[in-house]
Amino acid sequence: MESAAYKDNKNFHQARWEEPVIFELSTPGERGIFLPTIEPEIEELAGDVFDQMPEGVIRADLPALPEMAQMRVLKHYLHLSQENLGADFNVDIGQGTCTMKYSPKINEHFVRSPKVADLHPLQDEKTMQGTLEILYQTEQFLKSISGLDRFTLQPGGGSQAILAIVSIIRAWVDAKGLADTKDEIITTIFSHPSNCAVAKVKGFKVITIYADPVTGRPDFQAFKEAVSERTAALLITNPEDIGIYNEHIQDFTDLVHAHGGLCSYDQANANGILGITRAKEANFDICFFNIHKSFSSPHGCGGPGSGVVGVKEHLIDYLPVPLISYDQRNERYYLDYDVPNSVGKIKDFYGIVPAIIRAYAWIMSLGARGLLEVARVSVLNNNYVMQKLLQMRGITAPYADGEKRIEQVRFSFEKLKEETGCGFSDVQRRICDFACHIWSSHEPFIIPEPFTIEPTESYSKKELDQYLSAIEQIIEEAYTDPDLVKKAPHNSVIHHVAEHEYLDDPELWAITWRMYQKKYDGYFIRIGVK
Amino acid sequence: MKEPFIHPYIPNSDPEIQKEMLKDIGVTDIDDFFACIPDAQRYQGLLDLPKPYLSEVELKKHVYSIINKNTSAEELVSFLGGGCWQHHVPAICDEINSRSEFLTAYAGEPYEDHGRFQALFEYTSMMAELLDVDVVNVPTYDGSQAAATALRMACRITNRSRVIVVNTTAPDRLSVIKGYLYPDFEVIEIGHDPIIGLLDLAELENIVDETIGAVYFENPSYLGFIETQGQMISKAAHSCGALTVVYTDPSSLGILAPPSSYGADLTCGDIQPLGIHMFMGGGRGGFIGSPGDEKFIQEYPSRLFGIAPTTHGEWGFGDVAWERTSFANREDAKEFVGTAAALWGITAGVYLALMGPKGMRELGENCIKRANYAIKKMASIDNLKVPAIGKYFYKEFVVNFDETGKKVSDINDRLLERGILGGHDLSSSYPQLGQSALYCFTEIHSLDTIDRFVAELVSILKE
Repeated sequence: MESAAYKDNKNFHQARWEEPVIFELSTPGERGIFLPTIEPEIEELAGDVFDQMPEGVIRADLPALPEMAQMRVLKHYLHLSQENLGADFNVDIGQGTCTMKYSPKINEHFVRSPKVADLHPLQDEKTMQGTLEILYQTEQFLKSISGLDRFTLQPGGGSQAILAIVSIIRAWVDAKGLADTKDEIITTIFSHPSNCAVAKVKGFKVITIYADPVTGRPDFQAFKEAVSERTAALLITNPEDIGIYNEHIQDFTDLVHAHGGLCSYDQANANGILGITRAKEANFDICFFNIHKSFSSPHGCGGPGSGVVGVKEHLIDYLPVPLISYDQRNERYYLDYDVPNSVGKIKDFYGIVPAIIRAYAWIMSLGARGLLEVARVSVLNNNYVMQKLLQMRGITAPYADGEKRIEQVRFSFEKLKEETGCGFSDVQRRICDFACHIWSSHEPFIIPEPFTIEPTESYSKKELDQYLSAIEQIIEEAYTDPDLVKKAPHNSVIHHVAEHEYLDDPELWAITWRMYQKKYDGYFIRIGVK
Repeated sequence: MKEPFIHPYIPNSDPEIQKEMLKDIGVTDIDDFFACIPDAQRYQGLLDLPKPYLSEVELKKHVYSIINKNTSAEELVSFLGGGCWQHHVPAICDEINSRSEFLTAYAGEPYEDHGRFQALFEYTSMMAELLDVDVVNVPTYDGSQAAATALRMACRITNRSRVIVVNTTAPDRLSVIKGYLYPDFEVIEIGHDPIIGLLDLAELENIVDETIGAVYFENPSYLGFIETQGQMISKAAHSCGALTVVYTDPSSLGILAPPSSYGADLTCGDIQPLGIHMFMGGGRGGFIGSPGDEKFIQEYPSRLFGIAPTTHGEWGFGDVAWERTSFANREDAKEFVGTAAALWGITAGVYLALMGPKGMRELGENCIKRANYAIKKMASIDNLKVPAIGKYFYKEFVVNFDETGKKVSDINDRLLERGILGGHDLSSSYPQLGQSALYCFTEIHSLDTIDRFVAELVSILKE
């Protein structure tokens, strides 16, 4: 038997420490940590290094940092941590497209081992064989998972993976002497915005294909009209952010190839198709995975992430350096700089090593059957949640009516808004009171009042039911007591930040504490403004 | 294949639960969900992956059997630097960044994720004090990305398409910069004085003109010396309407003047030395600092968190000028933004709060005095040229071994046999410096450690 409270979390209250901004906690004279005392021999031989320096080299004043004893710093950050709802604490299915899943704790032990954490990147390769081996082996796993031929593990996240990809496309276009003709990149409206944004950064024109209003698939007719000899590449996701698998994907890749372009598969989120379908079978030349999504590395409040890029044989020579290779004869792993047309460096050193180690351990703890089960269960969970949500008042799932979805669905509260006045952002604030959240994954605003749910494999049926129960209650409230929803949150850390001009108006915004102090006195009292 | 696969990480892997859920939604088999994928695209069979270690006992044994092949810088004595530095990581930094609340959160709202907004607002605020600027971004991927983005920002602000970069820039960073600015912007390299290392001011004054958007240099430089001409470089840049962009080591700024004091319009760098483990180069975060004018703020691609009132008089937070970002504005945005290095930003904030003003000053003193002690000790060794380039140093300097008749790689091999990681071999990246190595000394290197290293080096050179 379970209590009603467990079912819907209605008595939840997040920690509310009313924590001051850290500068308000400063007490002159307190010390958080000491540095070593400089030995007299060092003082003597080094001499007065400061006096010898030219004027202006030595800092005149101390930086105005807070002064706090050690435990006070600890306490402040522990309070802030309690005012943050990590995936480990909630049914984190409301951050659709983010693939919030369990990051196994044993893997934290591995990456926090001094053997991993305290390795300098320029150490002799002999002393880094363990980490190099893991990087190398992880690449072999990724090759199997994607069907592609070589990976770089260097990019620090999905968007930087896209930067690596478009840099490869740029280098390929240049190397083939096609820079004057191939100057367009095609993407879709439900592919991640970094695809088009990075394409622009690397000097390509962007063509965006919209979804067919009925099927939700990218409009093939529009696509056909867009593809030409000018097409350098297609950057596309499948399933896209709306969770619909485009079964005609190979028609898309074939058409681009027929016009001499490249095809890149945005697999930031591959959770629902691990072991089910691969980049190779759909004829992609390039793909990337987000290690912090499908492969369990924790999201860290927004990074460090890790984006790994795979290519087919014909593009290996363009990958960033170094690659991680294995010298069979000498039985050693090494940093391989022998990449003839390399785009050079995308990022400092070799990639987000802790994230890759976690991915290695995660794959080794699941194996092929496990990865397949990840896909099966995440898709089962998603379709279970979809069916339940669609039975609730005020919720619709635009496109592909009646079809099953892969790993996520972008729903709409448009009907709820019309009928109650409570829209997406109201529900978003109210759900905090139930120890859950929904994030603003709504750009572009093609789907009105959008919210995206991605249940992944990590949540039990009971937890999914708990989340559904929270949504159900909020909908009920929207119809019976809309003010309760609109004035939310009530039991979260803080109340409503209602006046958005403080974030949008250059006269009012304060991006640092010193900027705040220049503009305001006390609590948002403008200095010099009546 | 028909055997159930029940796994501790997958609650609903139990076939009985699956059956119940399927029945509830009127579906016969999980495979029905994949019916939309054509056969030609379906992967047949199981992926080619090793047999898994299903128990934590076996997994732990397996992974440690590989990790234990490493010998870390902590187990050895390391004098490696070159953009990733071994500083002490205070225990509280690890304590906070391993908290589940921060470690496993992602992109929640300013309500249930109030803590991360405040912690990152505080990080940028403390960095602003350290850099003596009004605005700092939520971290980007690393220092090199920060440098490359700062240069693009400068070009947009000035509406110009060429930048000048000094050729003592870290080689990998220069590669990132060139790659990131291509094809929109041209990178022009200028020279340096081969003896004192400083940027060639005469060459700069000769080529800087109204087409140049930014002049970029690093301070302390990659080769360790302090660039003392900041004021004059900025003057030359500003006289033509170009901006000054300076890459700096934040660990130096308790003791060295912040770049804004000698005219930097944009300051950038990496927060790795502020409480973040090296992770073989995998623990990094890039910062960009600027004045608070809107013309700068609107050019940041990164998240910027601002402070705002709530209906109940609390400190609230949120995203400032969201429309700048590629989340909002796709290809019409300022470059692009994505998941980067927030946890390291929070960590660097913890570090700065622990250190406080005096701690940062003492950190700087430790580095500068230990490095200068090491310079004098090493300079007394026969046939070494120390420093090989530059006059004033913070924590790194170049040692030239040409006169010893030995190669850096051989010396480093011999040092490693004695448990020491010698300085980074520059002979391939800077052939003009001959057999030279970049040595780094920080607060972790005690008198005994330095003296022992010098004695070992003397003995190796005599062999």
